[in-house]
Order: sequence, then C-alpha cells, then structure tokens
Amino acid sequence: MSLRKLATLAGVIVFGSLGDVCLKRGMAAFPDITLANWTILFHAIFNPRVALGIGLLIAFFVCYLSSLSFADLTYVLPATSIGYIGMAFLARFFLHEQISPMRWVGILLIALGVGFVARGPSVTVEHSHAKLPISNTSRGEV
Amino acid sequence: MKHLYTWAAILCVVAASTSGDVLISHAMKRVGDVAHVFRDHGLSAVVRRMLTNGPLWLGVFFMALAFFSLMFALSWADVSLVAPAAASLTFLTNAIAAKFFLHEKVDRRRWMAALFVACGVVLIAG
Repeated sequence: MSLRKLATLAGVIVFGSLGDVCLKRGMAAFPDITLANWTILFHAIFNPRVALGIGLLIAFFVCYLSSLSFADLTYVLPATSIGYIGMAFLARFFLHEQISPMRWVGILLIALGVGFVARGPSVTVEHSHAKLPISNTSRGEV
Repeated sequence: MKHLYTWAAILCVVAASTSGDVLISHAMKRVGDVAHVFRDHGLSAVVRRMLTNGPLWLGVFFMALAFFSLMFALSWADVSLVAPAAASLTFLTNAIAAKFFLHEKVDRRRWMAALFVACGVVLIAG
C-alpha cells in the first residue's frame, strides 16, 4: 500500500478519535437532550469543544470518503479500528486511567482484527476488471 | 421499558450507520480513486463527480441520521451500553451488507477481523 493511502487511513484514525473526544467532552456541559428540548443541539454547536469536534469530524469524513474510493468497506472499517487502541493508550498515559485486564483483552482482539485485514488485499478485484482488455478487444471487433 | 427504548435506539443507530456506510462506499467506488481523478482531470472533476452522485447524498443523510440518533440516545440512555453496542454491531452488519450489497469479497480473514474488532470494541469500552 502506498504512503498516500496509508496517510489517508491514518487521517481517518486520528481525526475520528480526536473528533469523538472533543465532541464527548463538549456535550458533557449540556443537560440531557430529549424531544422536548432538542433545540439545545443548536446551542451546543457554538460550544468551542463541540465546534472543534465537528471540525475534526469533517476532516475525518474527507479522509473516510477518500479511503473508500480506493479500498473496500470491509477493509477500511477494521483497519481504522486501531484508533480504539490509540485512545486507550492516550487515556493511560495522559489521563492516567488504568487499563483493566478486560481492556487489555479488547486491545488484543482489535489488534488481531487489524492484523487479519492488513495481511489481505485492500480492494475486491472483480473478474470483469481483470478481463477488461480481452472483453474490450472482443467488443471492439464486434 | 427503558431497556426497550435503549435497544430500539441502538438498532436505529446501527441501521442508519450501516445504510450510510454502504451507500457512501458504493458512491465512492463510482467516483473512482479521488487521487487519480484529481491527477488526471483536476479538482473540478472530483467535486463534480461527488456533487452529482445521488447515493453519496443519501449516504450522508443516513450518516447524519445515525450521528443525531446516537447523540440523542447518549444523552438519556446508558452510555456504557449504547456506544460500544452500536459501534460493535455496526462492524458485523457492515460486513454482511458489504458482502450482499457491495459484492465485496468478504473472505474468512475479513469475517474474523469484523468479529474480533466487534468483540474488542465491547471489551475496551466496558
């Protein structure tokens, strides 16, 4: 996989994780949102953390769209789930949260999942594509 | 009763998220590798191909629906259940939907990846 594709996948991981954290921290400042007071959502957009979170999630979305233009959905999703591991380690080292044995098992399972897809092809090659030059020639002759 | 609402919310998020992912993946395959389109035809071609892509808009609509249902659910339901359950189930439903609707070659390796990541997400968030 080229450096450009790896950087795009890294963008999905980094922007997605940071965006989620900002949004979560920002929304904590607001009361429970129900159907009765759903307009709070509009006020929440102007909270700096929520706004930063939305900005980061837009960057995530651009990288996500770009990665889906060259790789399968069933490749991109497990491959970018490594973000969950990154988040756990960030919480461990910066917020000094403990990683419980259960979480270690979770980290191991995600790492194994990422390993499974990373070893395989990133995109489904259709037979019609593989045979394109031949079918083109025959079509051209007909 | 609250359990029922919580699981209904989780199902809404999973269904909307899966529909969005599948539609967007389908749309982006139609657009083509954006880096190649950009190199060969310029930025205007990338923007035009994306803006005129119906499934992409529909996919974005479903993603927005998933996002707002999740935010809505997180504000009243049990966060430690809703977030991991929705994220985890989406890995599995996406693998199923990608196989049947996108005709991706979901081999044993990819099934294992989806299953391992789905279980891992539940444990890591728990």
